[in-house]
Amino acid sequence: MERTTLDLWVGMFVVAGIGALVMLAMKVGNLGTYNVAETYQVHAYFANIGGLKPKASIRSAGVLVGRVTEITLDTERYEANVVMSLDKRYQFPKDTFANILTSGLLGEQYIGLMPGGDSEMLKNGEVVKQTQSAMVLEDLIGKFIYSKAAETSK
Amino acid sequence: MINTIRAIGHHIVNAVWRIGVASRFFFLTLRYSGSSFRRFDLVIKELFASGVMSLIIIVVAGLFVGMVLGLQGYETLKRYGSESALGVMVALGLVRELGPVMAALLFASRAGSAMTAEIGLMKATEQISAMEMMAVNPIARIVAPRFWAGVISMPLLAAMFSAVGIFGGYLVGVVQIGVDEGSFWSQMQAAVDFREDIMNGIIKSLVFGTVVTVIALFEGFDAPPTAEGVSGATTRTVVTSSLAILMLDFVLTAIMFRGA
Repeated sequence: MERTTLDLWVGMFVVAGIGALVMLAMKVGNLGTYNVAETYQVHAYFANIGGLKPKASIRSAGVLVGRVTEITLDTERYEANVVMSLDKRYQFPKDTFANILTSGLLGEQYIGLMPGGDSEMLKNGEVVKQTQSAMVLEDLIGKFIYSKAAETSK
Repeated sequence: MINTIRAIGHHIVNAVWRIGVASRFFFLTLRYSGSSFRRFDLVIKELFASGVMSLIIIVVAGLFVGMVLGLQGYETLKRYGSESALGVMVALGLVRELGPVMAALLFASRAGSAMTAEIGLMKATEQISAMEMMAVNPIARIVAPRFWAGVISMPLLAAMFSAVGIFGGYLVGVVQIGVDEGSFWSQMQAAVDFREDIMNGIIKSLVFGTVVTVIALFEGFDAPPTAEGVSGATTRTVVTSSLAILMLDFVLTAIMFRGA
């Protein structure tokens, strides 16, 4: 085969391969979807995080505002310390309420932020004081059985 | 009895010896690779033979594998009422495992066998000895360009396989069955991580590309210079590289995705 046609075919092959990679990165992976240039970190303590994982989304009014970056156990208070990276564009009042919520019945868990009314805003490294732990199915069932037992004993 | 034990021992020693020779062959190839970058047109010629010519089989196989994944995945996910996770299943399955592995298996049988047969025949017709007589290093002139062509084309082929496969899953899942298009793509994007999933898939295909081409080239170079020898070497290429791909895939998956 002639040199130029050979080069053309190989060029097309390489371009198609790199195109497939870019398509995988942008359309299939998360490279094109959420890319926050500037974030600030906020801590929150939860008594129980349930199935929350690093990289879980943080939403306020359903809008993605950040990601969970780190989850550790604070051995001084024996509570989970969750580090959240929030988008610099979104500022939240100091008395913001952090809930661990579940999307759908069996869906993944995420943190929902409910802004309060404070005029001061959360700054980098500060702690969200008001939190609500994840709903754990076993606890719910336990409570339900307990209240049923209390009802029948009356 | 003694003879059986002796035969088994002979086979084992022979296998270890061959691994040693193949490793030495691999390092020689790396050592004499310099010329294939100085004369890159040699690599381009081999890229055409191994990469471009494998395109059709990769694209067609990828499309059908993706369509099967879409169909089977839907049947299973439907039982749990989570059809919307179909995109995640198809994409993760292809990017992490099926893309690199299937592309490497197809590459081994499509391009690897051709490499072995070509080099084996060159040896049988004494072209390689002729080169040595002319003070041309056959490893630098024949083996290295083919090796680099294989290493370069393997990740590209695997990426194409995955991309076409996801499109096949989309065709069956969204277009034919009617899974919601928005959740198909958005859940996929939320679940697939570029570094964790896509880059690890590419690393896998690079490893497979190296292993498959080294096995194919070594078998060709090592083939007895007879018609029977070349045919046996070609068979061994396909068998050994397929097994190597599947075993290495297990090891790589255990290293890469254990914690995830």
